[in-house]
Amino acid sequence: MNLRPDPTFHATPKLAMEAPAETLAFTLMLSPDGNQPDGVAVVDVDPNSKTYGQIVHQVIMPNKGDEFHHFGWNACSSSLSPLSGHAFLERRYLIVPGIRSSRIYVIDVKEPLKAKIHKIIEPEEVFSKTGYSRPHTIHCGPEGIYVSTLGGGGEDGTDGPPGIFIMDCETFEVLGRYEMDRGEQDKHYDFWWNLPRDYMVSSEWGLPPQFENGIVAEDLLSNKYGHKIHFWKLRERKNVQTIDLGANHQMALEIRPAHDPSKDYGFCGVVVDTTNLQGAIFTWWQKDDGTFDAKKVITIDPRPEKAENLPPLLQGFEAVPPLVTDIDLSLDDKYLYVACWGLGEMHQYDVSDPFNPKLTGKVELGGIARGAKHPNGKPFAYGPQMVEISRDGKRVYWTNSLYSTWDDQFYPDDEGGQMVMAHVGENGGLTLAEDFYVEFPDGYRSHQIRLEGGDCSTDSFCYPSA
Amino acid sequence: MIDTFTATALWGAVVVSGLYHGVNPGMGWPLAVSAALMDRQRSSLWRALGALALGHLLAMVAVLLPFGALMFLAEWQDPIRIGAALLVIALGIYLLFNRRHPRFLARVPPSRLALWSFLAAMAHGAGLMLVPIYLGICQTIGADTGHTAAARLMTGNTGVAALVALAHTLSMVIAGGIFAYVVYRWVGLKALSRSWFNLDLVWALSLVFVGALSLATMH
Repeated sequence: MNLRPDPTFHATPKLAMEAPAETLAFTLMLSPDGNQPDGVAVVDVDPNSKTYGQIVHQVIMPNKGDEFHHFGWNACSSSLSPLSGHAFLERRYLIVPGIRSSRIYVIDVKEPLKAKIHKIIEPEEVFSKTGYSRPHTIHCGPEGIYVSTLGGGGEDGTDGPPGIFIMDCETFEVLGRYEMDRGEQDKHYDFWWNLPRDYMVSSEWGLPPQFENGIVAEDLLSNKYGHKIHFWKLRERKNVQTIDLGANHQMALEIRPAHDPSKDYGFCGVVVDTTNLQGAIFTWWQKDDGTFDAKKVITIDPRPEKAENLPPLLQGFEAVPPLVTDIDLSLDDKYLYVACWGLGEMHQYDVSDPFNPKLTGKVELGGIARGAKHPNGKPFAYGPQMVEISRDGKRVYWTNSLYSTWDDQFYPDDEGGQMVMAHVGENGGLTLAEDFYVEFPDGYRSHQIRLEGGDCSTDSFCYPSA
Repeated sequence: MIDTFTATALWGAVVVSGLYHGVNPGMGWPLAVSAALMDRQRSSLWRALGALALGHLLAMVAVLLPFGALMFLAEWQDPIRIGAALLVIALGIYLLFNRRHPRFLARVPPSRLALWSFLAAMAHGAGLMLVPIYLGICQTIGADTGHTAAARLMTGNTGVAALVALAHTLSMVIAGGIFAYVVYRWVGLKALSRSWFNLDLVWALSLVFVGALSLATMH
């Protein structure tokens, strides 16, 4: 407990943008075949440092086969609401779940270069206290730490629907399920909220048998992956509305509400439209009567490609689908970054008008049947995937792995983990930084990035920038 | 003369504790700023402040009235005061060791500020802190009126309870209101994290202090 609020907590997104720039990033390292334990890499992102662009510390786990994917902080700017009652928490611990093992690590990064494991929550505790498995997205909020899961109970995670559970933000004890009334929600992926407006939005990927051993083509073509988004009364823990984006909009993944809580809209990325292989972005918003609506605002076309250049999975289509696997919104709610993991492109859209986005920047890197090289001449395995934006919105970082078994299906010839960064121009535009290219140690792929002091997909703000 | 002095000091304590609760962001003034910014209108700030004050006032009344009612047992006044003081000290000591914020408070939606304010004041013993002060005031009034009918004494005590709760809440809402308005109108939300101190320890100690003082000044 601090005597003053943590200096990295900011009342408004605007104040967070004015805070000092990040000097370190935390990036997940995963061993795709489980030969080595997974880890957290501490990356130097301070251009004035001698070790700029290098991994300066690694926390390697004591177990193998966890498969790290997403992670988050124990506390964030949401603590600055008197309603939450814990204004004096420290932003000190990273909560890192293994989506394959269901084990959760709490990493103490108070001294980032000496970051260490603080606590391990064994899978049995998660199973017995929640009936859920495969923990995934982490958000800190009013009742503590919220953890989304991809699986229900049982060996293959299909005994009951997956959902969200809550952990104590000080002791990291698993407290139990979040939902009181889940409505028709039966799959799960991401979630986020608007705290003063008291609503939460959640999305759907698929059940564990649909992803753990690779994408199931038959399920995809018969539209059996998730395609709905759910709106909840956050504190009532009740699903109040479900919007079906259309069964062809397979895998509705990242939920990105506007950071400024006075804005009542947000975005959701859809991996693939099975009717035309397009990737899509939906804008959802709250109407005056309190109910929600959603509308497709961005489509990204597939690229025709000869079958012989494609992995077996795609040969029948003779095209490279964009595969929108991650999106991220800058803190001023101006730019939405869209990772097209299949095409090998990172797009930047000006979403100042959320119903009329404009493409303002694009970088080509990696990609199926293209493998665009980094401007420094080095290769980039797979395509741009997990994307994170600096608080000031001037730098965009990303890594390349989607999920071990899926990487192997879409990019059977690629291997390796890289993290890169692009500068954002004064009036938009995106340029890869030649001097920032982090190569991960042999046998490791790279996944989600968290920036020291918070970033654009961790902090929830309780006050408008005004 | 001594009683006049004691009475003034006790009423002063009612007002000062109100100011103390009011300036503490944890008791809610930032929510008034948030309301005004979310709705983009200044009137929402006053409305939110009103809801916070109402909840706080009800919490004070809910705690003070039962004690006031007990005081009609004139010959038991001292044991009641001692009991109340010990209760406040006990809560202070409990909060010294258990600094955890009750989690059910986080379940209250932001639209129900009066309820939140009521529950927060109850949970943190804001009302209990006033009890020894209030009982002291009752005694300064009732000191020379040994023959006053119990019924009249009780009505009097109820009136005093209402007055204490009102005075305390008024000073709280004025202090919190000034903070909220200054932050909203001029200095901006940067001041929020700068003016927020962890008062958990101070709060617990103030409960112990108020209880101990009440024991020490009993005559």
